[in-house]
Amino acid sequence: MTDLTSLTLAEARKGLAAKTFTSLELTDAHLSAIEAARVLNAFVMETPEQARDMARAVDEKIAKGDAGPLAGIPLGIKDLFATKGVRTTACSKILGNFVPTYESTITSQLWRDGAVMLGKLNNDEFAMGSANETSCFGPVGNPWRREGSNTTLVPGGSSGGSASAVAALLCMGATATDTGGSIRQPAAFTATVGIKPTYGRCSRWGIVAFASSLDQAGPIARSVRDSAMLLRSMAGHDPKDTTSVDIPVPDYEAAIGKSVKGMKIGIPREYRLDGMPAEIEKLWSEGAAWLKAAGAELVEVSLPHTKYALPAYYIVAPAEASSNLARYDGVRYGLREQGRNINELYENTRAEGFGAEVRRRVMIGTYVLSAGYYDAYYLRAQKVRTLIKKDFEDCFARGVDAILTPATPSAAFGIGEKGGADPVEMYLNDIFTVTVNMAGLPGIAVPAGKDAQGLPLGLQLIGRPFEEETLFSLGEVIEQAAGRFTPARWW
Amino acid sequence: MSVDAATVRRIAHLARIAVSEGEVPHLQGELNAMLAFVEQLSEVNVEGVEPMTSVTPMQMKKRQDVVDDGEIADDIVANAPATEGHFFLVPKVVE
Repeated sequence: MTDLTSLTLAEARKGLAAKTFTSLELTDAHLSAIEAARVLNAFVMETPEQARDMARAVDEKIAKGDAGPLAGIPLGIKDLFATKGVRTTACSKILGNFVPTYESTITSQLWRDGAVMLGKLNNDEFAMGSANETSCFGPVGNPWRREGSNTTLVPGGSSGGSASAVAALLCMGATATDTGGSIRQPAAFTATVGIKPTYGRCSRWGIVAFASSLDQAGPIARSVRDSAMLLRSMAGHDPKDTTSVDIPVPDYEAAIGKSVKGMKIGIPREYRLDGMPAEIEKLWSEGAAWLKAAGAELVEVSLPHTKYALPAYYIVAPAEASSNLARYDGVRYGLREQGRNINELYENTRAEGFGAEVRRRVMIGTYVLSAGYYDAYYLRAQKVRTLIKKDFEDCFARGVDAILTPATPSAAFGIGEKGGADPVEMYLNDIFTVTVNMAGLPGIAVPAGKDAQGLPLGLQLIGRPFEEETLFSLGEVIEQAAGRFTPARWW
Repeated sequence: MSVDAATVRRIAHLARIAVSEGEVPHLQGELNAMLAFVEQLSEVNVEGVEPMTSVTPMQMKKRQDVVDDGEIADDIVANAPATEGHFFLVPKVVE
């Protein structure tokens, strides 16, 4: 039965509907795969009992013929999503053994539609990282390795557990979140598909907050179609999130296979970096050629403020994080370290509970918001953000339907290889993805090829606000041309 | 701009994170690396540019001023490290 894990979500849906196998069989196949892949450290909590109970319940519904659009599909959930009765930590020591008494809106919608939870997935602590190395549960292994090498590589981050588990066939899809590239960069590093929808498309309620004006959830999946199916269930208006948008959720799957003839695709010249590896450049041209062959029109565009997106992000995101993370005080939930007075209790708890990267970002955020520095740093960054968004608006006003870029400046790297001496080295991973968060736009990463060492590389498509359907149509063209990629099993 | 050791200690206190003397030089280096990186923003002309307050153009939604949730004190204190009844326990704050 283990080959059940190699199906796409769309194929599994057919098999379940035709009663070729049950959700319990599909779930058990994935639970065995998870057990055999513990060396990847993708799951921080396995919930096999709950998974089997959910699968049995949904099997009964399928038998009665009243199953939802994701009926019986086993998923992994990033540990940033609050799951009722199941430990949720954001992979931080400071949340300790936090067990939510409520369910996040997104996961409750997935269960409403019949999905089955296999467990909680590893991520960078509070989603702060690009390699899944800052998790208090330790790093995650990428199922992909360089040809002829035994070195374990990072799966990217912060949704590293999600990407690794989907690529290693441990779950049929996973929830993820993206503040600066945390869905798209790990998707690109693992040959999976990841979409960050438009800001406001998915509810943030019940997701551990990092930077609220940038955070947006989305799926990581095995194919473009699978990601469309998952997003349809995840998206939607939620009165509990005031930034969630009250517009109908389209049937994203209907966009798969739609003609892209006549669509205008922007190729931004500022994304052609000095010293960019030749294979990324080649992949980008290939992707453009595939879209052209499918009838799209290519146009060179300019996004002049691109280079300022990452520095502006490293003011805005830590500022919001320093405010959001003020709630971890050792009083209401999570870890407590004693002190002689309340201030010492706060300071000791937060010193012990936050990892190095989180401490650094909370401190920089505190600094840029502090009296005397607010205008020079925070206010200026918010102005630059307006300019970054305007670059995209100008481009779309000229009739551009979507923008094609590389997803990452390199393929996956080794654990411990980057950011040791200078944190900025790690931050540069998000150089192509962070602009999209700053402008609140949708972006999808689709596997498009491999580098000379056999590692996957992805392309990114950026769309107009709430036009995710365009990204699915274009993403499908790339997937059809590039094919799908599966790592050779070594674990 | 860069921060000195005294500023690092001040920020740590504002952020309520205990920092030992031994950690200060290292943190100072890291924070200054980040500040050096964001320094390039000073070359952008932001004259007359409105700072972004909302990435999607939308009206702030307002709710009816009614109680629609509550009576869940057990849930609220369920994860607290120290409680008594429905109260959070902290070290003595007021003498």
